[in-house]
Amino acid sequence: MKRFLLASAFFAVLLLLWEAAFRAKLWSPVLLPSPWQVASYLKNAAVDGTLAKATVITMRRLLIGYFIGLVVGLPLGLLTARWKLFGDTIGTMALGLQTLPSVCWVPLALLWFGQTEAAMLFVVVMGTLWSVVIATETGVRNVPPIYRRAALTMGSKRLHMWFKVILPAALPFIVSGMKQGWAFAWRSLMAAEIFVTILTGFGLGQLLHYGRELSAMDQVIAIMLVIVVIGLLADKIFFSPIERFLHHRWGTSQA
Amino acid sequence: MPRAARLHSSVSEELEVIAPSKLAIENVSKSFQSASGTVLALDRVSLDVAEGEFVCLVGASGCGKSTLLNIIAGLEKPDSGTLRADGKPVTGPGRERLVMFQEPALFPWLDVFGNILFGLKLKPNLTRSDRRDVAKYYLELVGLSRFEHANIHELSGGMKQRVSLARALAPNPRVLLMDEPFAALDALTREQLYGDIQEIWEARRKTIVFVTHNVREAACLGDRVLLFSPHPGRIHEEFPVKLPRPRDINSVDLAAYATRITKALKSLGQTAAG
Repeated sequence: MKRFLLASAFFAVLLLLWEAAFRAKLWSPVLLPSPWQVASYLKNAAVDGTLAKATVITMRRLLIGYFIGLVVGLPLGLLTARWKLFGDTIGTMALGLQTLPSVCWVPLALLWFGQTEAAMLFVVVMGTLWSVVIATETGVRNVPPIYRRAALTMGSKRLHMWFKVILPAALPFIVSGMKQGWAFAWRSLMAAEIFVTILTGFGLGQLLHYGRELSAMDQVIAIMLVIVVIGLLADKIFFSPIERFLHHRWGTSQA
Repeated sequence: MPRAARLHSSVSEELEVIAPSKLAIENVSKSFQSASGTVLALDRVSLDVAEGEFVCLVGASGCGKSTLLNIIAGLEKPDSGTLRADGKPVTGPGRERLVMFQEPALFPWLDVFGNILFGLKLKPNLTRSDRRDVAKYYLELVGLSRFEHANIHELSGGMKQRVSLARALAPNPRVLLMDEPFAALDALTREQLYGDIQEIWEARRKTIVFVTHNVREAACLGDRVLLFSPHPGRIHEEFPVKLPRPRDINSVDLAAYATRITKALKSLGQTAAG
């Protein structure tokens, strides 16, 4: 409770400073709207459905792309950890491509797929995939050999070994890779939506882009807030419980 | 056992005391590549272990005793020589020969009960409730019923090794291989476990091969103590321990055995050094 109050006080002070800066006219109101203007944009956008529609479109792209990234990345990570040939080829490629900011994929995606949903998905998948591959590979390589040996003597082999020993043992690494992949997926999608106008639906990134075009700073800031809140919610609803479970089971840290 | 009467028939079948194995090791050699060249870890080692015998292997570190244990477990293959369990050649790991390791090899992603169930789940012809009953039986045997759903990191070192023991016993192996299982524990916990392991050995009748560098421990537990000499690893001398059980690690008779074995061990060290 005390923590909650302190945190609330922190954000209240932040809002007050913002309002104060607005009233002091440090910047032109066009550049810095007041919190109330932002709130009223949010209210209007919520009432007329713009916000919900854009959020649904963005989330759909994000989830589908992220899911593809996971489904492809996990097995690829296992293969790179298991066979040298895959490690030398796909592993090296993943390491290289992970350093590439995913917005760099946008020009290529546009030329290959045109202004379509596929272009969006492609950018999101490229943002997610490599960190999942690398995390899975690292996780598998870090499984203490003693677990394998113990499992071997109890009659575990091949698929059973992979699914009941190696994957669960690598779980802490895999989850942190999934979390990183999620963050990268978000970044990639926003970059793609800001740069690419496509007719199959306006997402949050596009709302942000039009806010800029119209010099509507209340819209820009409001959408940024929405993006931040979605990111936080995803963390609290999806990743935090998993991480809590891992800490509890492995006894790693006291959260 | 009061519990056994209440158990399902397939469970009591599963919990039946089965005949322990006879091990025949003949001329087993094994070498490793290391930075300083080839190390002959085992040099034509032969050893017979009778059904239900408790054999302890002692020796300085690097004398090949753990290597021999791994070969018996099927985790490593000998370069030459043969290994038979009940007359059948051992070609790989199998649940008739289970290992208890020195490091806690318990799986941190499972709770205590899940760890004990792991090997049982790999055994065919057992129903879900059979497995649970069997696991509960062994948990009780090692005195940890209250910790069924504890996480591994919440257990003390001694409790972890008790869970490891229950996990190794649960699939009802014929041979139990123990690789310095108590080396990392404090003296008090160790003494308790010496009593427990002797009791369990009597109740469950297993062939046990026990690796240790603690001579007293070996004399306390073994029917026979085999002293290994290093570089190359060989069985140097054999000491039958003829003391009544259960044995107390602090007894004077036991100390006499330990002194003899220690003397032999020391003279080995001197010849190796000289």
